[in-house]
Amino acid sequence: MGEKLLMKGNEVIAEAAIRAGCRHYFGYPITPQTEVAHYMAKRMPKIGGVFLQAESEVAAINMVYGAACTGVRVMTSSSSPGISLKQEGISYIAGAELPAVIVNIMRAGPGLGGILPAQGDYFQAVKGGGHGDFKMLVLAPCSVQELYELTVEAFNLADKYRIGTMILGDGTLGQMMEAVEFKDEENIVHYEKNWATNGTNMERDHNIITSIDTNPEILESWNLRLQDKYKQITENEVRVEEYNCDGADLIVAAYGSVARIVKNVIKMAQKEGIKVGLIRPITLWPFPVNSFEKYAEVTKAFLTVEMSAGQMVEDVRLAVNGKAPVSFYGRTGGIIPTQQEILDKIKSILNR
Amino acid sequence: MFEKRLNLFAGHFGSGKTEVAVNYAIQMSQVYPKTAIADIDIVNPYFRTADAKKELENRGIWVILPMYANTNVDIPVLPAEMNAVFEKKEYKAVFDVGGDDIGALALSRYREEIASEDYEMFFVVNTRRPFTDTEEKIDEMAREIEYSSRLKITGFVNNTNLLQFTTLNDIIEGQRKIKAVADKYNVPIAITSGFFDDFKLEGTILEGELLNLNKYIKLPF
Repeated sequence: MGEKLLMKGNEVIAEAAIRAGCRHYFGYPITPQTEVAHYMAKRMPKIGGVFLQAESEVAAINMVYGAACTGVRVMTSSSSPGISLKQEGISYIAGAELPAVIVNIMRAGPGLGGILPAQGDYFQAVKGGGHGDFKMLVLAPCSVQELYELTVEAFNLADKYRIGTMILGDGTLGQMMEAVEFKDEENIVHYEKNWATNGTNMERDHNIITSIDTNPEILESWNLRLQDKYKQITENEVRVEEYNCDGADLIVAAYGSVARIVKNVIKMAQKEGIKVGLIRPITLWPFPVNSFEKYAEVTKAFLTVEMSAGQMVEDVRLAVNGKAPVSFYGRTGGIIPTQQEILDKIKSILNR
Repeated sequence: MFEKRLNLFAGHFGSGKTEVAVNYAIQMSQVYPKTAIADIDIVNPYFRTADAKKELENRGIWVILPMYANTNVDIPVLPAEMNAVFEKKEYKAVFDVGGDDIGALALSRYREEIASEDYEMFFVVNTRRPFTDTEEKIDEMAREIEYSSRLKITGFVNNTNLLQFTTLNDIIEGQRKIKAVADKYNVPIAITSGFFDDFKLEGTILEGELLNLNKYIKLPF
């Protein structure tokens, strides 16, 4: 059995990254994710790693780009407005096919918004917030334990596909304290990085990493290669939790901390004789389309609950493909939906 | 407990300082009706005394908060009202200090006022927290806090817990580590705090006085 500690979500992200072999962190503080930087600042100097507070988010993401070029495991973290600033660099990372882990602990927006939790950056994360045809692998943990496990996994996935991988959580998840049990040994998968610009030793040609090519035929072939990679990821990397779905009158779709609230709603509904299921996408991209297809013709209705004005609900509708009605309930501004609100919505959909 | 007029609670962020300070103030107010609690945590705007304000004021406790605590303009400024705590000597006061050496720096602002009186500076430790899980790390954190607050620790608080997963063994293991450090500082474990209703303590020797906690700071879920 591994070591058990009481930790904040944000601290666990930093600790998991270190355990996954990340020794390069570049960031800029912003609530509610600042503890990631705080933890890195304390730990990195002691283990021969780099913690660098950049002059801005734009600088930080470009440092990530540079470090990733050399083949090291690298991470940055921020919260909503800071992630917006990083979008140009994220698109460049996609274009140059670099592995990097980017953490977004979402807060309420738009604009400067507020520091309280929200899930309004779903579109930005899964539809490509930056320019061009690109995707990020997006992981959405729902507990401190899962934050740990998925952060370690994010580094493996980033290396495997040479892709920007995002941990998408909300302020609740970043700030909550829970017991976490660490493994004695991490599952670190090593991929050969013969593309990295880490010195030729006069034994090979120079590697060139760039996202620019002015020849349209070549640039299109790059795009096709990216699309092929995204297809492979869609086929192989979907993660989802299906809970209580068989024979459910209604299935709720929710991710992250909202999914935890829904699990309590399911218990409340059970007492009233209503069977509610939950589909919790763990990868937001690739989206678990198959899970929705599977239940689309057997359940009466779907309900998507988010801390947003309605974003993931669009992907749920695409997946359900008109076979069942899909409703939405959400709160914004940093307000967390209550169990009762969700239960009332379920009852109104089912006319109970 | 409750002997000194000024009672400071410092420690690693997330050690449970606020929870302990709030409970200490409430229990002290049952003995000394004139009790004040001052939140000088200007580092972390997410969880702090401000959340328990109503609960405290309902019990007649004088609550002093940073002016903009838990609003959108949460800025690191200490209120002028804080000075009144040092004037109104009929009050017993509890200070909820910010986390780590950074949080304790704010305390340094009142160093002269505090040091001129008899005070307790409690160092709250949860040995299940990452930066205070070994004797060396507890020692380092305690030294940093003494350095930035320019005040001396007078007692340790064993607040070792894993929330609902806490076992008596965790508390005893925490006590062993904290005691080793406290001995170096020549001070006692003054308080052991926890949700003791969950345990059978018979036969267990816990150091210092027991502070049985009640949950006053509510979490979203």
